[in-house]
Amino acid sequence: MIQARIRKQYPPSPDSAGFSLDLDFRAADGVTALFGSSGAGKTLTLDSIAGFVRPDEGRILLDDQILFDGAAGVHLPPRSRHCGYVFQNYALFPHMTLRQNLEFAAERSPRLGRHRKVTEMLDKFHLGDVAGRRPYQLSGGQKQRCSIARALIGASRVLLLDEPTRGLDAPLRAELYAVLLQVRQEFGTPILLVTHDTEECFTLADEMIVLREGRAVQTGTPRKVCEQPANADVARLLGLYNVLPVEIRALDPGRNTSRLRYRDFELAGPYFPGRLIGDQVWVYVRPDQLSVAPHNGRPAFNQMPATLLRTVEKPERLRLEFSGDIAVEVPPGAIQQQNGVKEWVIEFPSRDLRIL
Amino acid sequence: MAIDWFPLWLSLRVAAISTAIALAVGLWLAWTLANRSFRGKEVLDAAVTLPLVLPPTVLGYYLLVLLGRASPIGHLYELLFGGPLVFTWQAAVVASLFHSTPLLVKSARAAFESVDRSYERAARNLGATELRLFWRVTLPLVRRSILAAAALAFARSLGDFGVTLMIAGDIPGRTQTVSIAIFDAVEAGNGAPARILVLIISVIALVILTLANRLTSNPFGPRQSAL
Repeated sequence: MIQARIRKQYPPSPDSAGFSLDLDFRAADGVTALFGSSGAGKTLTLDSIAGFVRPDEGRILLDDQILFDGAAGVHLPPRSRHCGYVFQNYALFPHMTLRQNLEFAAERSPRLGRHRKVTEMLDKFHLGDVAGRRPYQLSGGQKQRCSIARALIGASRVLLLDEPTRGLDAPLRAELYAVLLQVRQEFGTPILLVTHDTEECFTLADEMIVLREGRAVQTGTPRKVCEQPANADVARLLGLYNVLPVEIRALDPGRNTSRLRYRDFELAGPYFPGRLIGDQVWVYVRPDQLSVAPHNGRPAFNQMPATLLRTVEKPERLRLEFSGDIAVEVPPGAIQQQNGVKEWVIEFPSRDLRIL
Repeated sequence: MAIDWFPLWLSLRVAAISTAIALAVGLWLAWTLANRSFRGKEVLDAAVTLPLVLPPTVLGYYLLVLLGRASPIGHLYELLFGGPLVFTWQAAVVASLFHSTPLLVKSARAAFESVDRSYERAARNLGATELRLFWRVTLPLVRRSILAAAALAFARSLGDFGVTLMIAGDIPGRTQTVSIAIFDAVEAGNGAPARILVLIISVIALVILTLANRLTSNPFGPRQSAL
């Protein structure tokens, strides 16, 4: 388990706006994703844990070992931290074979079992046949597996991955996911993963930490974060649709309802405790919670007329994008008969509207 | 026609020794310049490069003052080795050192700086000490560039004239290197031995430069480009 409190300031300079990282989080066993856009401080966090960067203040604990303690002046060198780091370019030593790459990493384990350990590791990651090759003779997937094997072999107590899928095509991505899930099962090594990909968080992570401008803005399981983003910023970071700016027009705690104004349309929502009439708030509704019907005649209760702009085919669903920044997701085939219809009504389920 | 082969032999010996010393000193200096940040770093780099641009007579004069029998260093050398340093073949080594080291430092620094930082980070992350990182990762990665730089330094040492003349002198059979021997032969009107020595030196230099080019043209084969 990693417990980290990291503070690091980069003062503004003529050619940069400056940056400050101020994080406090814990990553339990399993896979934790550090999620955020570029410049959010994800890689800086990883580098601080690995010891490549010295934070200004704070404290980093790995299991029961102190890796960094600003107050006590503890800053272990990277080589003593036992954090396996998987670099974006894999950083396999080009002048060594795969086996030598692993042997280099295994040198701190006892000499006696070293050879067997390397062979075992090569087999586990299906690299036995190519162990004598140099990195440039390998496929992307093999390099990737080798860099993970190398990071694990030196008795790593945590695996740090810096945007491992950046620039990978879909098959390689899937292969990496499989390898990482295998690592989680077979080795039980906790994994801390830097990513800006929502899908990746869903596929791999048990928990995600959303970073924005050097702060953790939300922590939770990917499902929970995506279903209940803490605020409009998180929702936008996640690439979520249907984050609507509304004005509260009426609140009725007795009937547990409210009336909201979105552009020139009035929506019915649930009662929002602690809000006042006239408040400008962000309301979020998941695309799959909305339903649609072709626009004929008068819209019924809580149905908003909208123009279909385009449909996007996704593997397991169809996304309909409407005027007014609204997206609806339906199962494929659900609206087949209405091909070519442009004018629709969108029905808002009043219970499911949430204020961010 | 009898050719005295001693100058050629002496030049090769001087160049070899000075290249070896330059490698030891130069690699350390280059690594420090490439990896450490300290005050006056660029001044140090400039000072190391200075001998490349100073007139040989100026450099020779400095060395004469610095290493002469009256100077503390010259005095110490005399105490340790029982004879003065200046006007010996060892002085010729010192002279060529001042040209080979800057060449080596320049190329080696560039080579060290060209190493992808992620290799060094990876090595540290995998538990390597700084020493192991240097010998097992950094040095093998820049090996070819360093060898090329050493070849250049060797070629440059072979051809030193001015500084060697100033501090080692022109004592036939003792400190007369090949470039000085050629000068003497031409002065004395002995065209034939001069021509042969000129030809030999040219061929050696050409071979070394070709070697150096082949080493640097493809610094890490397909290995690095495949990343």
